[in-house]
Amino acid sequence: MRFTKDHEWVDLVGDTATIGITAYAAEQLGDVVFVELPATGKTVKAGEALAVVESVKAASDVYAPISGAVTAANGELADNPQTVNDAPEAGGWFVKIKISDPKEVEALMDIHAYNAFLGTL
Amino acid sequence: MIVVSEGPLKTTPLTAAHRALGGRMTPFGGYDMPVQYPLGILKEHLWTREHAGLFDVSHMGPSFLDLAAKSGDGEADHRAVAAIVEPLVCGDIRGLKPGQIRYTLLMNAAGGVLDDLMIGRPAAPARQGGLYIVVNAGTKEGDFAALEAAVGDQARLTRADDGALIAVQGPQAVEVVEAILPGVAQQSFMTFTTRDFEGNALTVARCGYTGEDGFEILAPAAIGESIWNRLLADPRVRAIGLGARDSLRLEAGLPLYGHDLDETISPIEANLAFAVSKRRLKAADFPGAARLAREQSGGPARLRVGLRVLQGAPAREGAPIANAEGVTVGVVTSGGFAPSIGAPIAMGYAPPALGAAGTQLFVVVRGKPQPAEVVAMPFIPHRYVRNPAL
Repeated sequence: MRFTKDHEWVDLVGDTATIGITAYAAEQLGDVVFVELPATGKTVKAGEALAVVESVKAASDVYAPISGAVTAANGELADNPQTVNDAPEAGGWFVKIKISDPKEVEALMDIHAYNAFLGTL
Repeated sequence: MIVVSEGPLKTTPLTAAHRALGGRMTPFGGYDMPVQYPLGILKEHLWTREHAGLFDVSHMGPSFLDLAAKSGDGEADHRAVAAIVEPLVCGDIRGLKPGQIRYTLLMNAAGGVLDDLMIGRPAAPARQGGLYIVVNAGTKEGDFAALEAAVGDQARLTRADDGALIAVQGPQAVEVVEAILPGVAQQSFMTFTTRDFEGNALTVARCGYTGEDGFEILAPAAIGESIWNRLLADPRVRAIGLGARDSLRLEAGLPLYGHDLDETISPIEANLAFAVSKRRLKAADFPGAARLAREQSGGPARLRVGLRVLQGAPAREGAPIANAEGVTVGVVTSGGFAPSIGAPIAMGYAPPALGAAGTQLFVVVRGKPQPAEVVAMPFIPHRYVRNPAL
């Protein structure tokens, strides 16, 4: 699993990356009450707005950590958005993306680098 | 609007207690305040509706106004102090009964609202000619300056916003507060008393801004933390942050100054006609009275309405309200997810013709129209205890 400074995680299997927000991000957001996900087929560039996650208090943008085409969105989150809090790095995944450039994934932080980054916050 | 003061944030007598509880602190109205504790906004909200929530509202502006020269005739002294304040507000202050508190509005000449506030008349015969006045955090400097200017040397305004103002809200609040301040259970909602706590005088108002029964206790700063901890030691009590305070007041249909109320919005538009005194309106003896009279007979241009968002994301402040044809007809002034309803709700301004319950409208969130329905406020019934059994 790889991580971004915006607290997204990327789990690459073959050429498909599963993307979500980290436990740290979920804890900071608080109780998630709504998640807006992109339609399948949408192509995104790294750094573009990908999804919106709403807590009781506020709406926060989630940016695409990598470029590619959305192949699946987690429908479970429509009925149970709190899954993002309960299992942010498992059942609370947001989308799957067919990546266009593997180098973008390699450039992201590994778990050690991400934990070191969290230590600076 | 909320005035964010420059320089360091102000603290309350309870700031250290919030940090010790793991409160997540945020700037609010110039103060360093807890937005939530580790329990989280959702559970804090639901706890308050079921049990008792403890809130630090010391950032607000409690104060006492006292006639400079009292006659000793309680009724005459009350009329005299009421006459000093009434030119600033649209409410009936003269008509307050001893011990009674009233929600009222500080008005500008254009009929807009400068602040919403509570004014109470002391119960004790010896304290007639005095008023207890509580204003909002973000507006208090302007409010106090306006009060000072109006009273001149006829009365003395004593700010008490260096003290601890602690709210206990929820169905079990009365049992919790009664345990440390015996007798409060006999107070009716919207009354206040002065009570002794270990040799200190506390101002105890049965009121609040969550839709629940409860109390707001004003204590000297030095004993604020001790009272906070005594209340928190009760297993029915949890500390509740500003996040849940906001979702609770939203469900209760109560406007938040700087969001649902501002200096351009009239009390009639804000659906607060109950706070406009008929006597005062007839006499037209407060700023903006002509506009209010005109709006009451001819109808206002816009009306604060409640909305249930039927599908999609929460509609927050600034989201456009559109009619069935997609034409923007208004704007959301506060909104969010309602934990006790399990769905998003909002309040905002729309033409009165679209203000009837059941009207189908849309709220536009991130460019997408989402169906919404006008519903009566409060969204959750108020549970104020007006005539408690003795």
